[in-house]
Amino acid sequence: MKLIFDKSVPGRRAVRNVPSGVRTRAEIKPSLLRSEPADLPELSELDVVRHFTELSNRNFGVDTGFYPLGSCTMKYNPKVTERVGRYPGFAYLHPLLPQLPGGEMMVQGALAVLHGTDLLLREICGMAAFTMQPLAGAHGELTSAMMIAAYHADKGNHKTVILIPDSAHGTNPASAAIAGFEVRTIPSDQTGVMDFDKLADAVDEKTAGVMLTCPNTLGLFNPRIKEIADKVHAVDGLMYYDGANINALLGRCRPGDIGFDLVHLNLHKTFATPHGGGGPGSGPVGAVDKLTPYLPVSIICERPDGSHYLDYDRPKSIGYIAPFYGNFAIVLRAYAYLLMLGREGLLRVSENAVLNANYLMVMLKEFYDLPYDRTCMHECVFSAERWGEKGVKAMDIAKALIDRGFHPPTVYFPLTVREAMMIEPTETESKETLDAFAEAMIEIARLAESDPEAVTGCPRTTPVGRLDEVRAARQPDLAAL
Amino acid sequence: MPFIANTDEQRRQMLDRIGVSDVEELFADIPPELRSRPLDVPPALTEQEVRHRIAALASHNDAGTISFLGGGFYDHFIPAAVEAVVSRSEFYTAYTPYQPEASQGTLQAIYEYQSAICRLTDMEVSNASLYDGGTAMYEAMMMAVRITHRTRVVVDDSVSPIYRTMIRSYTSNLGIELVETVSADALPDRRAIAEQLDDRTAAVIVQNPTFFGCIDDVSDLAEMAHRCGALLIMSVYPISLGLLTPPGQMGADIVTGEGQSLGMPVSFGGPYLGFMAARMKHVRKMPGRIAGRTVDAEGRQGFVLTLQAREQHIRREKATSNICTNQGLCALTALVYLSLMGKDGLRELAQVCADRAYYAQQRLAEVAGVKLRYPNRWYFNEFVVDLPLPADKVIRKLLHRQIAAGFPLVRYWPEMDHSLLLAVTERRTRQEIDLFVHVLETVL
Repeated sequence: MKLIFDKSVPGRRAVRNVPSGVRTRAEIKPSLLRSEPADLPELSELDVVRHFTELSNRNFGVDTGFYPLGSCTMKYNPKVTERVGRYPGFAYLHPLLPQLPGGEMMVQGALAVLHGTDLLLREICGMAAFTMQPLAGAHGELTSAMMIAAYHADKGNHKTVILIPDSAHGTNPASAAIAGFEVRTIPSDQTGVMDFDKLADAVDEKTAGVMLTCPNTLGLFNPRIKEIADKVHAVDGLMYYDGANINALLGRCRPGDIGFDLVHLNLHKTFATPHGGGGPGSGPVGAVDKLTPYLPVSIICERPDGSHYLDYDRPKSIGYIAPFYGNFAIVLRAYAYLLMLGREGLLRVSENAVLNANYLMVMLKEFYDLPYDRTCMHECVFSAERWGEKGVKAMDIAKALIDRGFHPPTVYFPLTVREAMMIEPTETESKETLDAFAEAMIEIARLAESDPEAVTGCPRTTPVGRLDEVRAARQPDLAAL
Repeated sequence: MPFIANTDEQRRQMLDRIGVSDVEELFADIPPELRSRPLDVPPALTEQEVRHRIAALASHNDAGTISFLGGGFYDHFIPAAVEAVVSRSEFYTAYTPYQPEASQGTLQAIYEYQSAICRLTDMEVSNASLYDGGTAMYEAMMMAVRITHRTRVVVDDSVSPIYRTMIRSYTSNLGIELVETVSADALPDRRAIAEQLDDRTAAVIVQNPTFFGCIDDVSDLAEMAHRCGALLIMSVYPISLGLLTPPGQMGADIVTGEGQSLGMPVSFGGPYLGFMAARMKHVRKMPGRIAGRTVDAEGRQGFVLTLQAREQHIRREKATSNICTNQGLCALTALVYLSLMGKDGLRELAQVCADRAYYAQQRLAEVAGVKLRYPNRWYFNEFVVDLPLPADKVIRKLLHRQIAAGFPLVRYWPEMDHSLLLAVTERRTRQEIDLFVHVLETVL
């Protein structure tokens, strides 16, 4: 398929600008002006629309089919959230308006959305306050790590180490390092959760905190979580909750109740805002009382009369990690989703997420290796290792699924399982879809046994076959110039 | 139950297959003492009720104000075709293109976006996006630190104070020495910068046009920085690049900026678009995702995420950045916008913005007591006026009349309490500008 630049026809225009309508002509000093216009394509609107329509036909989204990417919670994005997300009453609000004298009264609806979401998330997570400022999950992780640093600096503690399980998502250690911490990795035990004894050994006076995903990236709940929290708190360390997997716990277990001091959430996962092909996301961070002073500026507060205002007087805050209040239009979408779920809906989400994952696990365990043969939560991790002797790897199984109309699960993560396939169906998938997926996985397993090349030769039905990634890295072609 | 398909009967069949009689058995791993009480959350609303409730909140905002607010975020016109394209669910309900064969749409779009950013800025390589212009500036700074192995960074105070605040927040626990130089007449003071440059300096950060709206040629600053082994980081306003010299031609090493003006509404804080472009020789130190063009076994052209050894999923604590989910759909938005505007469209748009801004400035200069603060500087579509009364007072009165006059610079510069920063885009008509001037006259 051609690049959009290759479709350019000199002289073609899509947009006609308004005329300036004024007699003044801005004559800027010529040496400050570019001599050639930027080499952007010249196309008609139909050219552009057809190009992107064709590109969209080469893409697979949740609306296309089953998308069981583990730890990404690819649940259905309700269309109502897109509708309200585009209301002009929000879209055209300039973020600097509240900083004008009298401006705060002009953005009360927007402040109500931010504050309303804060209150709902507090109750769902058992936290004292949330900030909506972080612009993605990893950004929320970094914000939390920065707050941990600020807390210890404020208390005069000299704590330089953060402990992270070996099954953690790469953003955890990356975020801790960027916040200035040294990272120590704690191994998992044979039941698949973080090894309690090894953690206990590692906790010392240098421990600033522990970053945990719960249930973890294997979909397993650590039953000793409260003991872990007690150990960490005993040295004035902090417990941070990576909320990537909270879909399993909604309505039934709250991070604040089980010992966590900081929480980040992914609105584009658990709270159904769209994944966008890689964002925009939103990663709100919640804190218990002792950590709320360190939350980013500004905080939205409510007056007795129900109006809202922004509080900038936060002397211990870590400052600004975003230009304003967060990815507002994403928070708005999550707010709509939360209103539609309500109290009952939250419970039904976790119930069906866990039911769907266990159903798949039971159907597939005969055909793929299950590193931890126990009830899972909202996702299950298989290994394709047994098919290795036939020359079939997790990557091949993934490609074979694409040919059968399914997006593959996450592969090769977590790093603690070889040939890992992490399957998270989410609660919005139907039994028929799960049955069809299981059938495809079983068929692929049978082919791996009897005719491995039928699997390793996949995909065959896509616009391109397997791409030469080595060449892409060795001879980088990163822009058409 | 909203968005859950399975019926009670289907759930029962699934429980049978699993071999449990009650779904609660699947939660047995959570000890009873760790279960929460029932949540104090209101009951579910229907879609109809949600839309009604949120429409009411939308009406509690004053989005109908005539706004001259800028400060890095601009109210530009968004063609309908932009929204139509990015509303395609094959784009917005997809995620990170981990399986390239099923994601060529996303991947080719990223590659085309990277190419468009390079063409606009006259640089050699771009990443797939960062969160916003402020984090892009911070990431550029850390990239310069990695490249030069130095830890001192010079930032001019004509760079957005919003971004300078963010950089300070990000680096508070790192061993980075941040030095701010005081600008001279809205542009970086060359002498002040020269005084700060030394062999421990990783980068100099400037913005063009500056936060005060003034245009600069920073080629000399690039040379100064390079002479002592430092990099020049430039933050730019993409619409201005329809007219102004691109940063690549001024010797910039890393270019960043806010891409919101390329087809995204101002949206009360986000989502926005941080772009970053650099020289090819520095690509392996660049943060963020990057898409590359390659071929499959049949020689067909295709696109993949590449140079992933820089990233968190491989390098973990040694990664160039922790960024994972970025602003994918916003990058697509910018690409579609730039494709619709095209070479001549963008230049023409920039001229319209500048023409109207110069008209506004002329009309304002006719108002008794109002002066252009930097008369010896060139500006694009944003400028500073000094008022005969404190700006806060004037703004409050104009807000009563449904006009957001601009941003009071006293928020960041206490001595500038009579100064107003205002921006004019193609969305501000001549009539609106005339009305603004008329109301201002009555208020002063």
